[in-house]
Amino acid sequence: MPPPETDGPPAARHVLEFPGGYTRTTGPVIGRFLTELRAGRLVGVRTAEGRVLMPPLEYDPATGDAVSDEYVEVGPAGTVTAAAWVPQPLPGHPLDRPFAWALIRLDGADTALVHAVDAGNPKALRPGSRVWPVWRQDRTGHITDIAHFAPEVTRIVSPVAPEYRIQAGGALRVFLEGVRRGVFLGGRCATCAKVYVPYRASCPECGSAIDERVELPDTGTITTFAINNLPDPRAPEVPFVSAYILLDGADIPMIALVGGVPAHEVRQGMRVRAEWLPEDERTLSMANVRWFTPTGEPDAEL
Amino acid sequence: MRDVAIVAFAQTRHTGHDTGLSEPELILPVINEVKDRTGLRRFGFTCSGSCDYLAGAPFSFVSALDALGAWPPISESHVEMDGAWALYEAWVRLQHGDVDSALVYGFGKSSLGDLRTIMTLQLDPYYLAPLGLDQLSLAALQAAALGADQAELDDIVRRSRADGLANPYAPDPPAEIPDGFAVEPLRTCDIAPITDGAAAVVLAAGDLATRLCERPAHIRGIAHRIEPHYPGMRDLARSASAAEAARAAGAGKGPIDVAELHAQFAHEELILRRALELPGGTVVNPSGGPLAANPVMATGLIRLGEAARRIHDGTASRTVGHAASGPCLQHNLVTVLEA
Amino acid sequence: MGHRCAVIGVGQTHYTTKRRDVSIAGLVREAALRALEDAGLTFRDIDAVVIGKAPDLFEGVMMPEAYLADALGAAGKPMMRVHTAGSVGGSTALVGASLIQGGVHDRVLVVAFEKQSESNATWALSTHLPFNASLVVGAGGYFAPHIREYMRRTGAPGHIGTLVAVKDRRNALRNPYAHLRIPAIDRAMVESTPMLWEPIRYLETCPSSDGACAMVLSSETALAGGGTPAWIHGAAMRSEPIFRAGRDTVNPQAGKDCAADVYRQAGITDPRRQIDVAEVYVPFSWYEPMWLENLGFAAEGEGWKLTESGATALDGDIPWNPSGGVLSSNPIGASGLIRFAEAALQVRGTAGEHQVDGARLALGHAYGGGAQFFAMWIVGREKP
Repeated sequence: MPPPETDGPPAARHVLEFPGGYTRTTGPVIGRFLTELRAGRLVGVRTAEGRVLMPPLEYDPATGDAVSDEYVEVGPAGTVTAAAWVPQPLPGHPLDRPFAWALIRLDGADTALVHAVDAGNPKALRPGSRVWPVWRQDRTGHITDIAHFAPEVTRIVSPVAPEYRIQAGGALRVFLEGVRRGVFLGGRCATCAKVYVPYRASCPECGSAIDERVELPDTGTITTFAINNLPDPRAPEVPFVSAYILLDGADIPMIALVGGVPAHEVRQGMRVRAEWLPEDERTLSMANVRWFTPTGEPDAEL
Repeated sequence: MRDVAIVAFAQTRHTGHDTGLSEPELILPVINEVKDRTGLRRFGFTCSGSCDYLAGAPFSFVSALDALGAWPPISESHVEMDGAWALYEAWVRLQHGDVDSALVYGFGKSSLGDLRTIMTLQLDPYYLAPLGLDQLSLAALQAAALGADQAELDDIVRRSRADGLANPYAPDPPAEIPDGFAVEPLRTCDIAPITDGAAAVVLAAGDLATRLCERPAHIRGIAHRIEPHYPGMRDLARSASAAEAARAAGAGKGPIDVAELHAQFAHEELILRRALELPGGTVVNPSGGPLAANPVMATGLIRLGEAARRIHDGTASRTVGHAASGPCLQHNLVTVLEA
Repeated sequence: MGHRCAVIGVGQTHYTTKRRDVSIAGLVREAALRALEDAGLTFRDIDAVVIGKAPDLFEGVMMPEAYLADALGAAGKPMMRVHTAGSVGGSTALVGASLIQGGVHDRVLVVAFEKQSESNATWALSTHLPFNASLVVGAGGYFAPHIREYMRRTGAPGHIGTLVAVKDRRNALRNPYAHLRIPAIDRAMVESTPMLWEPIRYLETCPSSDGACAMVLSSETALAGGGTPAWIHGAAMRSEPIFRAGRDTVNPQAGKDCAADVYRQAGITDPRRQIDVAEVYVPFSWYEPMWLENLGFAAEGEGWKLTESGATALDGDIPWNPSGGVLSSNPIGASGLIRFAEAALQVRGTAGEHQVDGARLALGHAYGGGAQFFAMWIVGREKP
């Protein structure tokens, strides 16, 4: 890292660069390796004892003996034996985002190759993790022909977003048009005499068509409720109360938000009234009811 | 096997557009129609077929239960498949011998989304779906593998259109179907229309069948088979699973007056006719078939219902109803009905 | 009930938050192959396959029986896909058994799975269509009010739910497949966790799991595997409409009727005494006392007393959920099938560390939707 700029003695930047870069001869073994690399293959070399060195050397590092002339294709995948995480890459690093260095024992090799692994996070690599090379598109015969290694593909992301066009038709439309007018519309089953809200086309109990519409008041009783501590886009804050509210004159409760009262003061039996949005803000939706809020009446018997 | 018959069949007047009715509202009239026709209000078993991805929401079948008058609680199940498989499940249930009647229904609204791409979601999620391989493209691949004669396809399209016009339940066809290919070699005219609709059937076992229906359509055989999924791993030009299902159902054991085939594309009819070894005299899809009305998830059940109807009305004495599922006719069900 | 039918093989995957190492096919194959191995069979010996799972939105694969057909050895065979909401695992077993009871097949493979980690359960269960007129906030938000009403009606003390959570989580420590395994679990730990949907605390809820479960079902003439078969003594499904006025959401009629049906088939008049062990779908701890009443193990209003007495513990007189239950492992679509499979393991005497000594008759139970879909079976060591 360059020394920090201070008010000390004058300083100047100095770069010791051989113009164009050093030209190095590879010798037969490294040359073979890099030539194979350019062709997209990974080869190691076999030692006299039969071990496969990767990357190949001209000699057995343990004994100094010359290696055989047998090249063995290894990998392309390998197993991490050790890894180090680089949170702030340097300009010369293979990757410009945080990555890991790893010792990678390629399949079929007896030694480990050092290379960068685009692991995403420091916990993603452990000894035993499987990694695969990601090849550079234009290869020149260079160790960076492998751009980097990457963890095995263990998942893919599948965006699924079918689109639909939903209308409010039938009975729902009738109900929502009522809600736009500030009225809860129910329906009375002629057979069961039960009043259903929202208005519906048929009776869930007997299956008969429901023809009679009933306008219900916007007051009712909380039969039971949950205090939700998980956020929901339809609720203004956490905690919020979702309650079963039995409108006066109805035989089935609706689930709706309760507001204007601290969550822990809501009770079973509490009397509530709908709080409507101003008429000019209403749409064909249940959102016209901001929530139900206590009326202050004595609790109802359940 | 226990004698089980289709004793009633009803279908909606299908539409080519969304009428805004909810699914329970859609099925209500057909449920009531088969109840009225049989006089039954309660059934020993109930089974339905539908698909969440058509509705665009999970549990699309839950609210459908509210249209049945299912009180007291009913013995009921649901397949995420065409209603034809719900009928199969109900037929199996009636084999137990302890209940004698079953209500079966299927429903779907293809109009809410883009059916062509929604069906992509049914494919292998690793190799096929990420390619965006859509239903019409797959069908075109199958058509290409078959290499059907254009004139034969023209005949099927012309016949289905004419029969569809005479079918009061089929939606009005567009005045003009544009020329040309959707995906070559699949032509626009070879494709079933987008349709919303529902159907219901009542099954009855033993004596109950003859009490409820003058000419019950007795199920003499019913079987289904699936085959490998990946289109490159089967012969698309033929349908081994349809052939095997037909054999298992005993389709070839007698003459077949009428066959209602679940062919959503003209070339599928050719593949199915061969697989089922339909005799030359068999009338195929007199209702106009799926090329006239294709309410997905009910289309297969309607084939079985239409095949039964020909027996109910006395115009046929032995018919075949066929249903299909999966890409390129992967899964096939064959029912043999007799007077 | 038709022909006799028995469970001759059971296979489960380990249940965990994320099975990163397998595809969907790999997950279901793992359970299926274990079930086949248990039965001493291969895919070749299977006549038909029935697969169940909860909404397809979990994995974003529509009607996955198409893609999974060959993965489950179903090529050339009949295959069916069941979906009855949360009860689907139970329904899948019943649809499979029905094929044998109806005399259609001799050997059926039933498989249920969920790979919830492919998306997110709360998202998948709370997808709302435009114009929807009702405010439902996830499964916990839906069931919490019914639990509150149960507490009001019965006057059950607030710690009952905690007792169930501790008991089931302790049981899970004996089940190698269980997802949540918390060695230090106790009341203080459960009570220290936050309320998610009051009155439901965090540790009183089920986890979100990946996993699959499979069973091989056999007719009497095709028994295989040499192990003890678990014979089906009763099988039933019941459904009721969710929006019926006056519906008792705490003690649903469909649950009572379904139980009455399986008990009648199995000749059970006193479930508490005659049934040795029960695997019951309890995704939120309070559903144990609620279902104890619904299933007739306790009189109405008395279920919580049974829980409090320790009767439902592994060493109690009627152990409930010795496997750790849904509270410990919850791949939703498979959760019901796991209950049915665990009931079978108990009567086959192969439940390992969580075996209930001498279990001869067991109940498997699942429910779904707004507590409106029920599936149950009774399995026994003796041939019915």
